[in-house]
Amino acid sequence: MSAIYITRATEVAARSLDGEMMIMSGKNSTLFTLNPVGTIIWQSADGKTTLEEIVENRICAEFEVNPEEALKDAESFVNDLASHGIIVVSDVPISLAKPMLGGA
Amino acid sequence: MGRLATAAGQEVIIEIGCMPVQVRSESSEFLQMIAERYSGFLNPNARPVFELNVDLVAPGRITEEEDLSVRFESGRWLIERGDLRAEWEPASRRGRIMQSPNPYSIDAALRIIHSLILAHEGGLLVHAASAVRNGKAFLFAGVSGAGKTTISRLAPPDVTLLTDEISYLQRNGHGYVAHGTPFAGELARVGENVQAPLAALYLLQKGPENAIEPVRASEAARMLLENVLFFAHDPKLVSLVFESACELVSNVPVYRLTFFPDGRIWEWIA
Repeated sequence: MSAIYITRATEVAARSLDGEMMIMSGKNSTLFTLNPVGTIIWQSADGKTTLEEIVENRICAEFEVNPEEALKDAESFVNDLASHGIIVVSDVPISLAKPMLGGA
Repeated sequence: MGRLATAAGQEVIIEIGCMPVQVRSESSEFLQMIAERYSGFLNPNARPVFELNVDLVAPGRITEEEDLSVRFESGRWLIERGDLRAEWEPASRRGRIMQSPNPYSIDAALRIIHSLILAHEGGLLVHAASAVRNGKAFLFAGVSGAGKTTISRLAPPDVTLLTDEISYLQRNGHGYVAHGTPFAGELARVGENVQAPLAALYLLQKGPENAIEPVRASEAARMLLENVLFFAHDPKLVSLVFESACELVSNVPVYRLTFFPDGRIWEWIA
């Protein structure tokens, strides 16, 4: 299986409120609220770290989850966000892009 | 009535949210209608922060746009709807509206232009009733049917109604100031032209008995954003409005207010 790299899309506004990450698409104003695992993936989406590394080093280190299932769920999650233009997915490293707003 | 004769024609200055707007037209009848419509919000002595020229045309379809379209092109905002076509250039603070002689088209254009300016200043226009009591402003946000008009109608005499439909929130340091607006809802009554610091935001819903409960910031932001007047799908504007909504719920207490529609609910608002 090839590596998956993820980074945040540029036309996205994000902010953490009471520990919950809120994300709004600048293109169609769709609003997302991420759960704690989703928030970790979002915060780790630097275009250089593979999704597998994020799951292994961040998610499995913090939550009691099966690594294979966690990776499968993470892939599904990033593909879903990518379909809404919130995140960019690639099989090669992506140059770091900043979101429209900080807060992440 | 706040009208001044000028070499270029006639004008009225409408001041909403401490933002005086000069409206010009060659038709004195139209300006008279506007002066009456915004009678509590005229300030002939104010120095306008922007100017709007109204070009009147015969009633009928003005643009091909069926729905409202607001977009930024070549340094200006273009506002189009079947009954109006407006341009607003932020740099020169000038704009024009093409419409028939009616009070509704310019009212829509004013709401949109105010929302665009507010967005850049950290403020918001919100689908909400608002009122002042004991020097503090309270906002009651909700979708149509949630109770904005009802709670406005139930307000006791010591409450000053700012609006039953569109609330005007201006950023002031870490807080917000709520202003009265002439943008009326079902009460068909313009708000009082006063302002007060925002003390609380209530997310309205009707229920069998009165209840108030705090709302988590993320949910509050989501609910608030659903009620923000948001006309343009412009990424930068989306970002500004999103940030403003998050700031507001981080700095102002937000509650879910379930109310039984009688006057007792106002015993809870102070």
